[in-house]
Amino acid sequence: MADPTRPLPSLRDLDTQAFWLATKDKRLTYQQCADCGAVVFYPRRRCTACLGANLVWKESAGQGTVYTYSIVRQSYHPFFRSLAPYAVAWIDLDEGPRLVSNVVAIEGPASVRIGMRVKVRWEEHEALCVPLFEPA
Amino acid sequence: MAQARDAAIVGIHEFPSRDVEGALSPLQIKAECAARALADAGLGLGDVDAIYDAGEGGGMAGLNIAEYFGLKPKVIDTTGVGGSSYEFHAAHAKRDLAGGRARVALLTYGSTAHSNARAIGVGGRGGGGHPADNMDSFAGMTLVANYAMVAQRHMFDYGTTSEQLAEISVVTRHHAMRNPEAVKAMQDLEFLDIRETTLADVVGSRMIADPLHLLECCMISDGGGAVVIAAADVARDCAKPPVWLLGAGEATAYPENGGDLTTSAAAQSGPTAFGEAGVRPDEIDIAMIYDSFSITVLTILEDLGFCAKGEGGAWVSGGRLRFDRPNDGPALNTDGGGLSSNHPGMRGIFLLIEAARQLRGESCSQVEGARLAVAHGNGGMLGSRHCAGTVILGRD
Repeated sequence: MADPTRPLPSLRDLDTQAFWLATKDKRLTYQQCADCGAVVFYPRRRCTACLGANLVWKESAGQGTVYTYSIVRQSYHPFFRSLAPYAVAWIDLDEGPRLVSNVVAIEGPASVRIGMRVKVRWEEHEALCVPLFEPA
Repeated sequence: MAQARDAAIVGIHEFPSRDVEGALSPLQIKAECAARALADAGLGLGDVDAIYDAGEGGGMAGLNIAEYFGLKPKVIDTTGVGGSSYEFHAAHAKRDLAGGRARVALLTYGSTAHSNARAIGVGGRGGGGHPADNMDSFAGMTLVANYAMVAQRHMFDYGTTSEQLAEISVVTRHHAMRNPEAVKAMQDLEFLDIRETTLADVVGSRMIADPLHLLECCMISDGGGAVVIAAADVARDCAKPPVWLLGAGEATAYPENGGDLTTSAAAQSGPTAFGEAGVRPDEIDIAMIYDSFSITVLTILEDLGFCAKGEGGAWVSGGRLRFDRPNDGPALNTDGGGLSSNHPGMRGIFLLIEAARQLRGESCSQVEGARLAVAHGNGGMLGSRHCAGTVILGRD
């Protein structure tokens, strides 16, 4: 049996499609409302602050801070079972979006801390790249 | 504002088995519970004219349950917000009965999560089918990790400790050991060591997702229940004393850029419910709080106003929430909770049922003279998107 692989996002979901297509070029993107300035993440159709239709895509520099995290030791999925223990985290990008990812620290998941500065590290797949994070 | 005593819980039933060994379906469990809760109230099927259903029985929610039970209700409410659904249902039943749209409401729940071996608990995923899920499925976030991230941030912001979180597990187990159905549940689900626990037991148990340990996680059982709610004039003539629905509140919470993950939707639903009931948290005798994990309870107790934000760890310490210390604070989850009695996936109905038992004087861990209870359901996931339903209950 082949090694289990990471479950990947769908490129057909109409709200998040543009985000994932941009990752192919290792671009980490988010939406901002041209009317009221609100940062919108995850991507969607209309602004979550004013319901305006003028959401424009911006690119993040890929730097952020760990807001909180956990070290997963037991998982439902063969890939993540083989990966455990691993760190999942809410990461606050410097531009404002808060996203879920893994912090891939060289010293292992136990070295992850709240407030730790992190930067994106792309994991390449065929149709897209996955934004993981490592200590900045 | 005067308390409006316009709707009351008049019938309850909790399905006793936590392992039906595949011999019953969720719909069959719902029907069993419906019959027994109606009998408890001294009412019959023909009295029911409103149904509230979270849709876990399969098929088209509302329609399938009406047909299966043989009902032609005048009010059908299919609010499905996970474990908090039943607090929402109680709130909506109170509204509908007070408004004269119906007279007798029936809420049912059935689940065979244990028999199905569904991974809803410590390793399960939760959620699905929403654009937000397409953003984080690559990261291997588990259901428990979602809650663990709240605990981690709570510890960071407020200095909360694992020993303080363990208080929730210890007091809940203490109550479970007094409840024969909870003890049977732990036996049927093959818990390794069925006894009172200590703080050291909890923090010494296996880490599942840091900082949450095994004994801070709810079980995955089969189960079900039913609640009958009646308008005031009907309630006065039922077999058991009425347990009035005095106030209710509803809320949502979801990730927001820069938001505070340690504050749950209870911070919105709580004040609404307490305000409608005209009571304060310090008047509450019984706190039935959704205990999917230890951190769920700690966060919700703070958000409902039992103590200040961030002070929950110190506040729950020293066994404050035990049923036999009524002068120190409310008794927590006196049935044994999801941690030690049952958690078939959506345990909100059991919060109403045990609150009603306490206010009738029927609990295994009865608080003498209990007059006021709060039932707070949390549906979805605490560390990301969830719903909260708060219901304040009182006896005559």
